[in-house]
Amino acid sequence: MDHAQQEREILLLALKAGKILLENGAEIFRVEETVDRICRHYGLKSASAFVLSNGIFLTSGDEEETQFAKVQQIPVNNANLSRVTEVNDLSRRIEAGECSLAEVRRELERIQSMPDFPPHLQILAAGASGACFSIMFHGGLPDAVCSFFIGVLLYLYLLKIGKPHFSKIVCNILGSAWVTAMSIFCYRLGLGHHLEAMMIGGIILMVPGVAFTNAIRDVADGDYISGSVRMLDAVLVFFCIALGVGCMMTLYQTVTGGVLL
Amino acid sequence: MTLFSVNLGYLLVQTLAAAIGTVGFSLLFGAPMRYYAYCALIGATGWFFYLIALPASSSAIATFIATVVVILMSRWYAVRKRCPVTIFLISGIIPLVPGAGIYWAAYYMVTEEFAMASAKGLEACKVAVAIVLGIVFVFELPQRLFRIGLKE
Repeated sequence: MDHAQQEREILLLALKAGKILLENGAEIFRVEETVDRICRHYGLKSASAFVLSNGIFLTSGDEEETQFAKVQQIPVNNANLSRVTEVNDLSRRIEAGECSLAEVRRELERIQSMPDFPPHLQILAAGASGACFSIMFHGGLPDAVCSFFIGVLLYLYLLKIGKPHFSKIVCNILGSAWVTAMSIFCYRLGLGHHLEAMMIGGIILMVPGVAFTNAIRDVADGDYISGSVRMLDAVLVFFCIALGVGCMMTLYQTVTGGVLL
Repeated sequence: MTLFSVNLGYLLVQTLAAAIGTVGFSLLFGAPMRYYAYCALIGATGWFFYLIALPASSSAIATFIATVVVILMSRWYAVRKRCPVTIFLISGIIPLVPGAGIYWAAYYMVTEEFAMASAKGLEACKVAVAIVLGIVFVFELPQRLFRIGLKE
């Protein structure tokens, strides 16, 4: 490999590492640090990365090193923290000088193709979490059981219908409406006794924890643009959840002629 | 003492529920399984402090205290396990996010009790601000504080 080609390879690998981190829910400073670290370690001094919440801009070039520029657009995705951890480990190993460029490429490809948890496991986890949260918000055992099924059915909707087919806004409004409908159903049938507990067990599963936490940390690190975008994303989801709950309750009251819950 | 007005059995069940709930979220966020025990510990401890603090204060203050505990523990274990702090932080903080606030705000809005709706909405905002303050301040602490007792 000649010199220019090797520089190109380093930059492409750094970009790939950055992309994996960013799309799986890492903070902006971690992405910047990792890209810088990889470039510096392999001797590329002029590289400079600019990272936003949905894109990485990477350039290099000075008197000695070749010109290179690449922009990578990164769609907002579901977080997968395993991939963040793996890239983080890889970056430590690179720092310690344990990896050749070819190894880094192989590792990054392996990390990128790491499977998510299988859907049925996610659905079960959602049910269990929902049940636990309904207990934490003053629900009894019957409420927890209802919440388990509400969580399972919600995640079934999210994974099979909502996320693949709808925009984020529609997906969340329909999701929280779906939770509300199921909760009211359980409540009216007398299966669960605390509407609040069942509702919270369901909607907590849609709460944008990753976006919210990362937004705060990005702003605290001085990455205002990305922080604001992520905060907007989180607030939008919060708002959509409230809207879905509100719409379904209004619908219920209209249909039943003003029966209060 | 307000502190001991919390029923012990209730506390135990709640803390256990928080532990399992947190692990569920760790799985949904795709965190590696080898860290689940720590996620559970952090989530449960955070919720425990929230419950202890709640009767003596407001939900915002209790959330702030719990957030501080969650972040201190997250940073502590992140340094020791050599992994991104995000893994512990995000799942540990989920129980404190004002999910109930959103529900009540929407509920009272629909039932046309606007005073209650704005009160609940405002409370949810206060809780969110408490989380923000907790994160911002605890992340200012220097990293070497969390390395105490670690051999280089």
